Amino acid sequence: MKCQKCQKQATFHITDLTGDDLLALHLCPDCAKGYLETGDSSEDAPVISDVMSKQLKPLEQTADDLRELDAKECPICGISFYEFRQGGRLGCPHDYVFFGEDLEPLLINVHGDNQHVGKQPKRGITDTESQTELIRLRRQMKEVVEQEDYEKASQIRDQIRQIEGEGSASE
Amino acid sequence: MILDEMASRCGEWLKGCGPESDIVMSSRIRLARNLADYPFIRRCTDIDRANIESTVRERLTNKAELKDLTFIDVADLQTLDRQFLVERQLISREHANSDGARAVAIDQQERLSLMVNEEDHLRIQVMKSGLDLVGAWDQINDLDDRIESQLTYAFHPKLGYLTACPTNVGTGMRVSVLVHLPALVITQQIEKVFRSLQKINLVVRGLYGEGTQAMGDFYQVSNQITLGKSESDLIDQVGDVIPVVIDYERKARDFLINEKQNDLFEQVSRAYGTLQNAQQISSEETMFLLSRVRMGINLGLIGDLEIPEVNQLFIRTQPAHLQKLSHSELDTDERNVERANYLHSQLKLDGGTEASNN
Repeated sequence: MKCQKCQKQATFHITDLTGDDLLALHLCPDCAKGYLETGDSSEDAPVISDVMSKQLKPLEQTADDLRELDAKECPICGISFYEFRQGGRLGCPHDYVFFGEDLEPLLINVHGDNQHVGKQPKRGITDTESQTELIRLRRQMKEVVEQEDYEKASQIRDQIRQIEGEGSASE
Repeated sequence: MILDEMASRCGEWLKGCGPESDIVMSSRIRLARNLADYPFIRRCTDIDRANIESTVRERLTNKAELKDLTFIDVADLQTLDRQFLVERQLISREHANSDGARAVAIDQQERLSLMVNEEDHLRIQVMKSGLDLVGAWDQINDLDDRIESQLTYAFHPKLGYLTACPTNVGTGMRVSVLVHLPALVITQQIEKVFRSLQKINLVVRGLYGEGTQAMGDFYQVSNQITLGKSESDLIDQVGDVIPVVIDYERKARDFLINEKQNDLFEQVSRAYGTLQNAQQISSEETMFLLSRVRMGINLGLIGDLEIPEVNQLFIRTQPAHLQKLSHSELDTDERNVERANYLHSQLKLDGGTEASNN
């Protein structure tokens, strides 16, 4: 992995916990030294503290994994894991499937459990795959309209209408 | 307009009736729900938000059984009116202050409210006066079923109801009891009680939810966990501990009556006197003094005022209500004068010799 500030090999993988949000940095030894000493950061990170240096070691091995995880994007709503970590809110229902394993530790940490045991919808657990597809299609629609690809847009619109039609027919 | 009518009415949670209503103001349950075919709010486009709002409105109001709900377009309201709904606990502060298409549906008695496009697509809430979590659950469960028959919720076989924030996933349920604990505050035991509640995974908040200070010695006790426990377990988790809290508060009140009687009488009568005679008074001070008066009534120290009346004063002296009732927009100083006038008129009327006619 390359250093975020120069093109040298990144050997320091820092997770800054001093701000409101987690900040992951991947730096070469020189840039890391500068960052740790001055608190300077291209990402407007808050001034680094002792807390962070203590965090540095245990996270060193997992930083690559974290970076990889951060880059993951939900194919349905397009949110990245990094965006989720920053904002604390997921992008769509499918995130619970797509980021399933990645969310597991968080769920265990918050709830002490990972299995719902309460109420279920009265109509039974319906297959929501077509609804999920609607989320993806509407997003795609917005993109092609922005690109002024109206032919594609009308195709997508037909697909959306078809799924919506199926939905109301079954009710 | 509907909000003006509401201003002169009393919402369910202020009625001052129901079990343990001297200490428990209200019981509340909310469910977080999302539609399966839209992204969560943070990833919604303006069009998505508008579509969610109109879909929910159409599907629910077309149905005869949900006809008792009135939809209010929150995006369309003046700031004052939004604040008014916050004070009545019908919408959250976040809902009031956010942007984009959003709405709230409420029933005539203000027992239920359904926020559309808050943090989740739907935030369903039922309120009951006094301690009645089971009653609240029966109502909200039924309402949830009726909504679910019209809309497809995002639900996962293993994780339950899917929510924008993973801290709400599973049941999507928050059980919340609003308690009035002035004696525990006076005897400086409140922190101790909170710490023990936190140890059993319960959260304590102020009157208006997250981050608000405890105004008027009112505290909301609610569950933190939403996944891995059934709805009835969560209700028990909160419901079982409330009688213990009530017991602490009663013991603290007994202590004040038995050991600090003179101080207590002094505090209560001074509070009452100040409320009756102030020329200008802030919202915070009003809450503080009303809290003393409320306890004084419960302990039989004030005979010419009833709990429901005091409950009403708590809400009607708040900024938006005060302005609604006086039909004018007032700045802070003007409100302080208006608030004193209002209290004077209300307490004088009730405290006078003609009070017995009511």
